[in-house]
Amino acid sequence: MIPAAFEYHRPSTLQDAVVLLGRLGEDAKVLAGGQSLIPLMKLRLTSPRHVVDLNRIPGLGSIAERDGALVIGALVRESELEASDVVRRRFPILADACRVIADPLVRNLATVGGNLAHGDPANDHPAVMLALEAEVVAVGPQGSRRLPVAGFFTGPLSTALRPDEILTEIRVPLPPPRSGGAYLKMERKVGDFATAAVGVQLTLDAGGTCAHAGIGLTNVGPTPIKARRAEALLQGRRPDDAVIREAARVAADESDPSEDLRGSVAYKRDLVRVLTARAIRRALERATAAH
Amino acid sequence: MRVGVTINGERREADVEPRLLLVHLIRDVFRLTGTHIGCDTTHCGACTVLLDSRPVKSCTAFAVQADGRTVMTVEGLERDGQLHPVQEGFVQEHGLQCGYCTPGMLMTSYAFLKQHPRPSEDEIRHAISGNLCRCTGYVNIVKAIQHAAGRLAAPAG
Repeated sequence: MIPAAFEYHRPSTLQDAVVLLGRLGEDAKVLAGGQSLIPLMKLRLTSPRHVVDLNRIPGLGSIAERDGALVIGALVRESELEASDVVRRRFPILADACRVIADPLVRNLATVGGNLAHGDPANDHPAVMLALEAEVVAVGPQGSRRLPVAGFFTGPLSTALRPDEILTEIRVPLPPPRSGGAYLKMERKVGDFATAAVGVQLTLDAGGTCAHAGIGLTNVGPTPIKARRAEALLQGRRPDDAVIREAARVAADESDPSEDLRGSVAYKRDLVRVLTARAIRRALERATAAH
Repeated sequence: MRVGVTINGERREADVEPRLLLVHLIRDVFRLTGTHIGCDTTHCGACTVLLDSRPVKSCTAFAVQADGRTVMTVEGLERDGQLHPVQEGFVQEHGLQCGYCTPGMLMTSYAFLKQHPRPSEDEIRHAISGNLCRCTGYVNIVKAIQHAAGRLAAPAG
């Protein structure tokens, strides 16, 4: 399959890239890892007249702890996240997720930034970042702005990024003590999108009460879903079996799946219930083991 | 657009359209046909090559992205008429039936064993999970990679 012809641009600075996007407007697509964009172009589901390749812009490829946050540059590959020491130590939810995104070869090119900026509710990082309450940094002609991931996904394959903005980094707050997270994905085979997946990030207080809960749902609605009612139900309560079961049931209620080859609406809802309960239990184990 | 790629240690140049896929640069322009096109939809991994030492699916990258970078294909494994231990492993352990997935399996295995010289079976299975063998000969493929790991770990001579 051959994509439609396009003009290729390879800016060497972020400034040049922003100017280019400002000039080219809606006719341009940004290329990072290309693992969503190139398949879509080959199928001619999208045929941009211009492709702006970010890969030669220096400074976008690092993973660092800075100002109380894990800062993931726009060109960090999934495989680099998987190998990152800080991710393994402090973000088990991210370590879970980056092992189940696509397959190991795709992860050598695919970027975390692209996984978010593509705005696909079937992608895995959106739910994870919703659970972690991350922010993205977008740079445009007016400078840079921070956008909370909650609110970033505006519709199917749509985000709050403007056509002349580039997502340059993701900022994930460093979890306080007694925190743990987990991401559980049901997929038919390696490389498939989730039938459903759930990310949970919890913080306990010294007495074992849930001080904070973040829950994100993958591929069970037109956008990635932040399960706010389930989060609220956990907060301020001791997460015993009854509370976990109730939160899982509420998260299933908050999902809005459609029937497709992966399953019926009822099946996917029930999967959200089961995965949410399991993810909460695993997050709790990890929050407890950490201290 | 003019691109220059170091492929299997040799510097090659070509004039390409930006939409040309890396796999077509390798097969149709450079005439290195060992790299296969299987599904053409980023699933099967038959087109796996190393781009700056990392295995990637060459049906899902543009040739222009490889400009100034290094590419290694299955043709780059053999040295001075000697098969690489990974290739020998596939011969010894019957790691192929139809052979269509083999170039991709070999490149993924080669890169994986450089990073993980003493892999467990689970690690091997995880590493090749982006390469599909529709003969379903995975048991022998895993044995082939274990054979190669043993050969690579043995002292030379």
